[in-house]
Amino acid sequence: SVSAAHLLRLHQRFQLLDKDSSGSLRSEDLEAALSENPIGVRIVGAFFQLGQEMVDFPSFVRILAHFRPTEKNRTGDGVQPDPGTQMKCPSSVAFQLYDRDRDGKISRTELLQVLREMLGLQVTEEQLQSIAERAIQEANLDRDDTICFDEFRKSLEKVNINHKLSVRFLE
Amino acid sequence: MMILVLLLCCVSSAAPQESHHEHGGGHNATGIAIVSFKWHHVESPYLVAVWILVCFFGKLLIEANHKITNYIPESALLICFGFILGGIVWGADKVQTFKLTPTVFFFYLLPPIMLDTGYSMPNKLFFTNLGAILIHAVIGTVWNAATLGLSLWGCHQGGAMGNIEIGLLQYLLYGSLMAAVDPVAVIAVFEQVHVNEVLFILVFGESLLNDGVTVVLFNVFDAFVSLGGGAIDAKEIIKGIVSFFVVAFGGSLLGFVFGLLMSLLSRCTKNVQIIEPGFIFVLGYLSYLTAEMLSLSSILSVVFCGICCQKYMNSNMNENSIQTVRYAMKVFANGSETMIFVFLGISAIDKAIWVWNTGFILLTLLFILIYRFIGVFILTWMLNRYRLVPISFVDQIIMGYGGLRGAVAYGLAVNLNESKIKEKNLMVCTTLLVVYFTVILQGVTMKPLVQWLKVKRAEIAEITLIEKVQNKVFDHMLIAIEDISGQIGDNYMRNKWRNFEEKWMSRLLLKPSARKQQDHLYNVFHQLNLQDAMEYVKEGERRGSLEFIRNESAFVDFKKKLGEDYEEAMPDIMADMANDQGGASALRRDVLPTVSLEMHEQNMRGLREAEGINAHHLLDQHLYKGRKQHRYRYSRSHLDINQDENEVQEIFQRTMRSRLESFKSGKMGVAPPKTITKHTKREPQTKMPNGKNKPYHSGDEDFEFSEGDSASGYDTSFPTRVTYRAGAGIENPAFMPDLDPSSPLHIPPWLADAGMEVNPVAPSERAQVRTPGYLHRLSSLRTNTRSGETAQDRDLPTPPPHRDDDHL
Repeated sequence: SVSAAHLLRLHQRFQLLDKDSSGSLRSEDLEAALSENPIGVRIVGAFFQLGQEMVDFPSFVRILAHFRPTEKNRTGDGVQPDPGTQMKCPSSVAFQLYDRDRDGKISRTELLQVLREMLGLQVTEEQLQSIAERAIQEANLDRDDTICFDEFRKSLEKVNINHKLSVRFLE
Repeated sequence: MMILVLLLCCVSSAAPQESHHEHGGGHNATGIAIVSFKWHHVESPYLVAVWILVCFFGKLLIEANHKITNYIPESALLICFGFILGGIVWGADKVQTFKLTPTVFFFYLLPPIMLDTGYSMPNKLFFTNLGAILIHAVIGTVWNAATLGLSLWGCHQGGAMGNIEIGLLQYLLYGSLMAAVDPVAVIAVFEQVHVNEVLFILVFGESLLNDGVTVVLFNVFDAFVSLGGGAIDAKEIIKGIVSFFVVAFGGSLLGFVFGLLMSLLSRCTKNVQIIEPGFIFVLGYLSYLTAEMLSLSSILSVVFCGICCQKYMNSNMNENSIQTVRYAMKVFANGSETMIFVFLGISAIDKAIWVWNTGFILLTLLFILIYRFIGVFILTWMLNRYRLVPISFVDQIIMGYGGLRGAVAYGLAVNLNESKIKEKNLMVCTTLLVVYFTVILQGVTMKPLVQWLKVKRAEIAEITLIEKVQNKVFDHMLIAIEDISGQIGDNYMRNKWRNFEEKWMSRLLLKPSARKQQDHLYNVFHQLNLQDAMEYVKEGERRGSLEFIRNESAFVDFKKKLGEDYEEAMPDIMADMANDQGGASALRRDVLPTVSLEMHEQNMRGLREAEGINAHHLLDQHLYKGRKQHRYRYSRSHLDINQDENEVQEIFQRTMRSRLESFKSGKMGVAPPKTITKHTKREPQTKMPNGKNKPYHSGDEDFEFSEGDSASGYDTSFPTRVTYRAGAGIENPAFMPDLDPSSPLHIPPWLADAGMEVNPVAPSERAQVRTPGYLHRLSSLRTNTRSGETAQDRDLPTPPPHRDDDHL
C-alpha cells in the first residue's frame, strides 16, 4: 500500500490540517485547505463525508490512496470498488460531486450550481443556463431533463476516468 | 505538365544562348524591337515560379488518385516524381542543374513548415508530455549519434568498409547528422496514419526538439574535425556541453520573445486588421533568421514562437485574419513540403555525387534502425516508471519505427566541408539513401504496421459539454487532493501557471474585449451553438427557402457587443443578417455573431458535419419538424394537430420580440447566444392538450414555452421573473391568428404584469447584475402544469420577489 515515508508525511499533513488537534478532521478544516478551489466544498462533501462527520487518519489515508496511479491505469477502466471503504468507483464519486442531495439524478439546478461555481464571473446568468441546458440535452437520453447515473457514465465513456483521477504522489 | 518540364529543360539549356539574343538585340540600333525575348531579365524568378508550379502539378497528379495514396504516402510518391523529373532534366542537360541547395532549403523551404507546426501545435498535449519528449529528443538523439558513429567506426576498423578515409571524429560527425528524426518526414508519414494523439505528439515533439541537439552536435563535431583530433581536451568538451544549453534554451527563449512581441502587436492592430496576418508571417520568419544569425537553434525558435503566440493571436485578431492566417500557413507549409520532397528526388539523379560503398551504406541503415529501437525501448522503460499513463509496448514499436530521417539530414550533409571531409560524397549519398529508405519504405509500411499491431488510433472527438465540464471538475478535484495532501504535483503547478498566466500575461497581451471572453467552457458552448446555427440554416436552405428566417428574425443569433446600440435592433435584424460578416467559423468568437446568410453558404461547404451529432440529431428531430410544419400550417384550422410546435413557435416569437424590446432599453450586458435547439425538449414535455382548455394553465404553458424557447430553461427552483415589455415587436401576421383564442393570450402577456402574480419569481442576483429587464425563465411554470405545484411552493433560495420591482 502506502510506504512508511509517505505515511509519515501524510500524518504530518494531517496534523497540520487538524487545527484543533482533535485527532480527526472536520469538514471546516478541509474546506479551509481548499479555500481557493472553486468546488472545494463539494469535493469535501463528496469524498470525505460519507456518512461520518469527522475524518480520522486511517480514513484520510485510505481516501487519498484511491488516487494513486497504480494498477488502475494498466488494467483499463474497470476499477473494482474497494469494499474496505465506502468509496465507490470513480465515476460515482464524480457523480456525487454534482448530486448533492443524493437523489440519484443530476437536476438542472445542481448542474447549474456546479457551473456557476466553476465558471468565471464574466459569464452571465443566461449563458450559464444555456450551458446547463445544453449539457443536459447532450447527456439526456430518457428525456426526463435530469441526468441519471447511467447517462452520466455513458457520456463520460470517452474520458478515461482512472487516468484522470490519478495523482502522482503516493508512489 | 510534361510540356512544362520540357519547357524547363529547354529554357535552362537555352539560357546560355539567350544571352546572345540579348546582346544581339542590344547592338541592333537600327530600329525599335516591337517584342523582344528578354530571358535574362526574368530568369531567376521565372525558374523559381516554374519549379513551384511543377511541384504543385506533381502533387495534383498524385492526389488525383486516392486509391494509391491510401497505400503509399504522398511523400514517397513525390520523391518518385522527383526521380522522374530529375531524370528528364538530366537527360536534357547531362548535368543536374537543379537540386536542393542547403540555402534554399534552410532559409526558404523549412521555416514555413516549422511556423505552421508551432502555430497549430496542441499546446496542452505538448506540455503534458514535455518530459517524455525532452528525454527522447535530447538523450535519444545523443544516443543515436554516439552509437551510430562509434559502431560505424568500429566496423571501419574491422575492415567492413573497405578503403575509405574517415576518421573517428568524422564518423561521429556523420552520426550526429544522421541521428535526428526529421519533423517534415514525420508529419508526412504520420499524417495519413492517424495514430492516437499521445503517440503522435511524442514522435513529433521529439522530432522538433531534437533540432537543438542536432545543431549543437553538428557544430561541435564540425569544429572538432576542423581542429583536428589533437586539440580536443576537456575544455572543448565542456564548451560543447555548455553550448548545447545555450543553443537550445537560447533558441526557445528567442522564440518566446518573438511570440510575445507578436501577441503584443496583435493587441494594437485593431485599425489595420487587413495586415494582421502579415505580422505573423514576417515575425515568425524573423525569429527563424534571428536564431540562425545568433547560431541558436532556429527550428526551436520558430516553433516556440508559434506555440507562444497561438492563444493570444487567436483571441485578439478578428475572424477573417484568423482564418487567413491558418489557411495561408497551411498553404505555405504544404507547398514547402511538396517542394522539399520533389527536390529530394531530383537531387538523387546526379552522377557527380554518386559513390557507392556497400558496407557503409548497409551498415548505416542497419545501425540506424537497431539503435533507434534500442534507444526508444530503454528510454521508454525509464519513463514509464514515472508517467501516469504508461506508453504501451505497441506504441513504443511505432515510436521506434517512426524515427524517420529526412531533408534536414540531407541539408546538413550537403553543408559538409569538402576539404576537411574527403568522403563527403559518400556521406551525401548514404544520407540520401537512408532518407529514401525511411520515407518510402518505412512510410509505405507504416500504415499496415499500425493496423496489424492494432495501435490505438485517434478518436474523432465529439465535443460534448458534459465532458468539458467534467474534465474541469476533475482538474479541480485533483488540485484539491494535492492541496489536501500537501504535495506539489503536476496539477498544482499547472494551476499556478494558469493563475499566473491569467493575471499577468493575459492582461498584457490580450485585448480587453478578448480577455472578457476567455472562459473555456463558454467557448465550447459557443462553438457548439454556432454549429447548431449553421446546421440550422443549412437545413433551411435545403428545404427550399430561408424566407422564414427573414420573417422570423428571432431565430438568429443576436449580435451584441458590450455597449452596442440596440435601437435599431428590430428593423435592422434583417439588414444585419445580410450585411454582417458573421463569424461563421465555429471556433472564433470575437463578436457574438449573427448568421450571415451569404457567408454561411460558403462556410457550409467547409463545415464538417462530424461534430455536434447530438445537436444535429436534435435539430433534425425537433427543430425542423416544428418549423416546417409551422410554415405550412399556420392557419387556425390546423392548430389542433400541431398545437405544440406552433405554440412553441408563437411563444418563441413573442419571446424574441420582447427580448428585442428589452434590448432597446439599452441596459443590456453581453447578450447570451441564442441557442436554437431550445425548442426541442419542450415538445415531449408538453402534454399540452389540456392546456388549451384551461386558459389559466395554457397561459402558464405559454410562458413556459417562451422560457423554454429562450436561451435556457430549467425546471428547478431557480426563481426568475418574467418581465415582458409592451412593445411593437415583430408583428408577424402569420403568427397572430395562431394565438389561441383563450383569454390570457388575448392580452399580450407581457402587458399583463399584474397577472404575473401567479409566478412571483425573482431574478437571481447575478441575473440582476447582468441583465436587468431581461427575459427570465419561468421554469417553475412547467412544473406547475405537470405536478400542480405552484411557484410559491418551491423554495426560493435566491432573492425574494420584491426585486422584481427594479426591473419593471
